[in-house]
Amino acid sequence: MDIVTPSLGLVFWTSISFLLLLFLLGKFAWKPIMKALDDRERSIEDALSAAEKAKDELARLNNESELLLKEARAERDLILKEAKQLRDNTIADAKGLAQVEANKMIEKAKVEIDNQKNAALAEVKNQVATLSIDIAEKVLRKQLEDKSKQENLVADLLKEVKLS
Amino acid sequence: MRRSGFFTKKLNSFLMFSAILCFSYLPSFSNEVEKHEVNHTENADTAAISHASSNTDSSHAEHGEEKFNASELILEHIADSHDWHLWGNTSIHLPILLYTDKGFECFSSGKFNHGHDKVAGKHYTYAIEHEHIEIVGENGEVNEEATKSMIDISITKNVMSMFISMVLLLLIFTSVASSYKKREGKAPKGFQSLIEPIIIFVRDDIAKPNLGYKYARFMPFLLTIFFFIWINNMIGLVPFFPGGANLTGNIAFTVVMGVITFFVTNINGNKSYWKHIFLPDVPWWLYPIMIPVEIIGVLSKPFALIVRLFANITAGHIIVLSLICLIFIFKTIMIAPVSVGFVLFMDVLEMLVAFLQAFIFTMLTALFIGTAVAEPHGDH
Repeated sequence: MDIVTPSLGLVFWTSISFLLLLFLLGKFAWKPIMKALDDRERSIEDALSAAEKAKDELARLNNESELLLKEARAERDLILKEAKQLRDNTIADAKGLAQVEANKMIEKAKVEIDNQKNAALAEVKNQVATLSIDIAEKVLRKQLEDKSKQENLVADLLKEVKLS
Repeated sequence: MRRSGFFTKKLNSFLMFSAILCFSYLPSFSNEVEKHEVNHTENADTAAISHASSNTDSSHAEHGEEKFNASELILEHIADSHDWHLWGNTSIHLPILLYTDKGFECFSSGKFNHGHDKVAGKHYTYAIEHEHIEIVGENGEVNEEATKSMIDISITKNVMSMFISMVLLLLIFTSVASSYKKREGKAPKGFQSLIEPIIIFVRDDIAKPNLGYKYARFMPFLLTIFFFIWINNMIGLVPFFPGGANLTGNIAFTVVMGVITFFVTNINGNKSYWKHIFLPDVPWWLYPIMIPVEIIGVLSKPFALIVRLFANITAGHIIVLSLICLIFIFKTIMIAPVSVGFVLFMDVLEMLVAFLQAFIFTMLTALFIGTAVAEPHGDH
């Protein structure tokens, strides 16, 4: 049949046309188009992965800053605590010292008072002794003014010695 | 005579191309352009056309008396032609190129005067019978020997249609490529965004699944095949100029496509592909059966492509033409709405088929190439 018999002319022209078209389109259309498509796809992929990376980086940074903040807070607390302790210690020390000093002063005062007291007592004793001797002397002088009284006394004293 | 023939051919080609350009861009002016062109053709070929018009009246009268023959009309419409019929008695006379045993011949098909006249060329006298050019002697008897050795490489309607599609493809894709260059790295815009999904479809749904990582090398071939077949399928569906040629439904066209696929497949075939054909994994005594079967398989693949495209497109054209012929078979205008309704339905269906056949052809081509370049797996 005619319609299933390929005519040579059309075969000839189709071959030429197709090969020419393949060459021309390949050179001027497919090559730049495929390249542009590949480039664009690659750039989109790169951009997406870069965004993902940036997101990760941001999360990491956030984490880090949070950690840092926590650390800083802890450190602040520690410092405050230490400061408080130091203050307390200082106050306690100062109190202690003051107490010791006071005690020392009191002790000193006590000692001084004792000394003074002792000194005064000694004075009083001396005074009393002197007075007593004076009194005794005067008494004795008065009593021993006559001879008889002296002899009586000696006699008494001698009696006493005989007895003992 | 020879000079004028050559001139007519050149003028025809030139006008055709200008008409194509106008057609692709200014559909609203198409009618004007067509008329303009026909006028020119007439000027260039006044004698032939005026002769034709005076004669066609009588032939018309003859036709009126003839009984309407649907199958003849349909076969005539799906076949190739040396004239491009526009309307009524006007048609574009395409150049005739003949390679005879004595040398080249080149003249306008208008000189045949729709088959009524014989043309005396440089070497022989030619007559045309049912679009088949024959070499005739003085008394009109056919010179069988010379006719057999003659090769008709005329720019027929199908060839012209193919040239139109080529120009269209080149215009479309170079402009798209240039917009890719202009808008580098940016989102597609305008026509570019219409074409891009199709190109990506060919790449991601046809090439990559079948060819794997080797797809890039075959992309130009697959894209060219896909768009060439598709655009010619679509142009074939347009009932008037510059459509109407049944190029993809012509066995010569599909044969060339199939043969090119065959060569691309087998030239790229690797060791495991050839081993699979000539040293298949079967006991040696099965070789006398297996090797011929494998060879038939290699040949039948492109053959299936050839026949599938040819049959699908031709069948579509035949159905549409048959539905139109119903009006003339029943000889009543009352059947026309039914015919037109069915034709509309068929045309829409054929638009799907046009895409589908281009897709299937490309898909199977990719599949065949894929099997030829596949790495051996060892799990046969």
